[in-house]
Amino acid sequence: MRVEIGRVLSLMVGDPEADRAVPPTGFTAWLTLFTAGAMAFLTVFALALSLATGRLADRWSSELARTATLRISAPPDQVAAQTRAALKVLQETPGIATARAMTEAEQKALLEPWFGPDLPLDTLPLPQLIEITETAQGYDATGLRARLQAEVPGAVLDDHTRWREPLVAAASRLRTLGFAAIALIAASTAAMITLAARAALAANAQVIRVLRLVGARDVYIARAFVRRFTLRALAGAAAGTVAGMVAIWLLPPAAPAGGFLTGLGFQGAGWLWPLVIPPLAAIVAFAATRAAALRTLRKQT
Amino acid sequence: MIELENVAYSYGGAELFAEVSLAITPGSFHFLTGPSGAGKTTFLKLCYGDLTATAGRVGLFGKDRRDMTRDDVALARRRIGVVHQDCQFLDHLPLAENVALPLSVSGRTAEADGNLNDLLAWVGLAAQARQLPPQLSGGERQRAALARAVIMSPDLIIADEPTGNIDWEMSQRLLTLLVELNRMGKAVMIATHDLNLIRAAKAQVSARVLRLRGARLVAAGAEL
Repeated sequence: MRVEIGRVLSLMVGDPEADRAVPPTGFTAWLTLFTAGAMAFLTVFALALSLATGRLADRWSSELARTATLRISAPPDQVAAQTRAALKVLQETPGIATARAMTEAEQKALLEPWFGPDLPLDTLPLPQLIEITETAQGYDATGLRARLQAEVPGAVLDDHTRWREPLVAAASRLRTLGFAAIALIAASTAAMITLAARAALAANAQVIRVLRLVGARDVYIARAFVRRFTLRALAGAAAGTVAGMVAIWLLPPAAPAGGFLTGLGFQGAGWLWPLVIPPLAAIVAFAATRAAALRTLRKQT
Repeated sequence: MIELENVAYSYGGAELFAEVSLAITPGSFHFLTGPSGAGKTTFLKLCYGDLTATAGRVGLFGKDRRDMTRDDVALARRRIGVVHQDCQFLDHLPLAENVALPLSVSGRTAEADGNLNDLLAWVGLAAQARQLPPQLSGGERQRAALARAVIMSPDLIIADEPTGNIDWEMSQRLLTLLVELNRMGKAVMIATHDLNLIRAAKAQVSARVLRLRGARLVAAGAEL
């Protein structure tokens, strides 16, 4: 076990002497740099998508979970009376912390993202909305509906459940898909780097023969390739990550009236997450190259 | 040091040689002769563990080759200096680094500085230290290969047709170096079809001459 750990550490630290023994290989170097850079760029977007959808799911979940809306659709001359009756019922209902009739301006603001700022609200037969906030214990929705039906005939209680749950589920699924995309990107990176490493090993078959002739162990020969590919992947991924972060930073900022897309990006400490990508790419390259190198060397005599 | 007991080697169904037994002891000097295609290079590869015998036992420094790991073989190679006919250098590295390569791969780089210049001077290549292998002549390459073979102070030096690409004068110079190493206690095994080289060596050291003939290893005739 200790020997194995020592081997892995020596592979990670690398050996400039071993590195010099292998001549520079042009196309595999560029292939690794480009792959790592492109994959890191894509990973930044997948990460931004995952974090944004995560935030969205959390927001919908927390903001809507303890709220409900009562909609009163009645002839204009009965709206005020039914609103008062409804507020009275709500104030008497256990489990309801606050109940407040929304003002005309607030209702207009709610519709603004859909119809624009010049909405002629007074010409539209809009229902009166009452915003309800629950206590931690919650209220009996079935009982409240029955009472409202009897006392406020124009009232419809919407506890948001029917559209909140699918939305939160969709956002959570999207977040999972984002992380799955990151895993696929990592796997593709490993596959590409494995191919590049094998090409480099094949191109240097004569060098490997000479090194083995003079007593080089497999780990020494592998070290030269592992060090080189790990550093290239680290450099490529760093460049790709920076480019991806700049691209995300240049996205339009989240506006108050904005929907999902304007919120796509990193917020606060979330900007630190992409910094994990280059070391992860280096670890992927290290593991892929090491496995490819040792497997190829074992196949050779 | 190196023991071969009833060793056979077949390749592609054809038997190259069989029932070969030989012990290479410290300070011994062997020549291996035989016609082209007789299996001299294969025989040498068995001696330095590059190939595994299809039958019989090859012992490398007390260990059975069949039981040795890849690392064991690598460590055994550090005790055997090999000179190939085509030298086998890393063409992108200067001569000095090529010669010091066995020290580099065994993590003894620090020893290179002191010994390397003396060694290059011994083989007459001090002035060519910074040159790349393709810039060297055939004789210079052979001497450089010999320098690389001995830099680890190995117990055994194996040379495969070391004088194949060089003139007689250079062959004599190379032989002198090998004889000198043998006098220092190193075992030497040279595969060659150059009978004049063997005669010249026998005039200087007590050398045993072996011949691969009819898939068997036999002692060479009295003419040598």
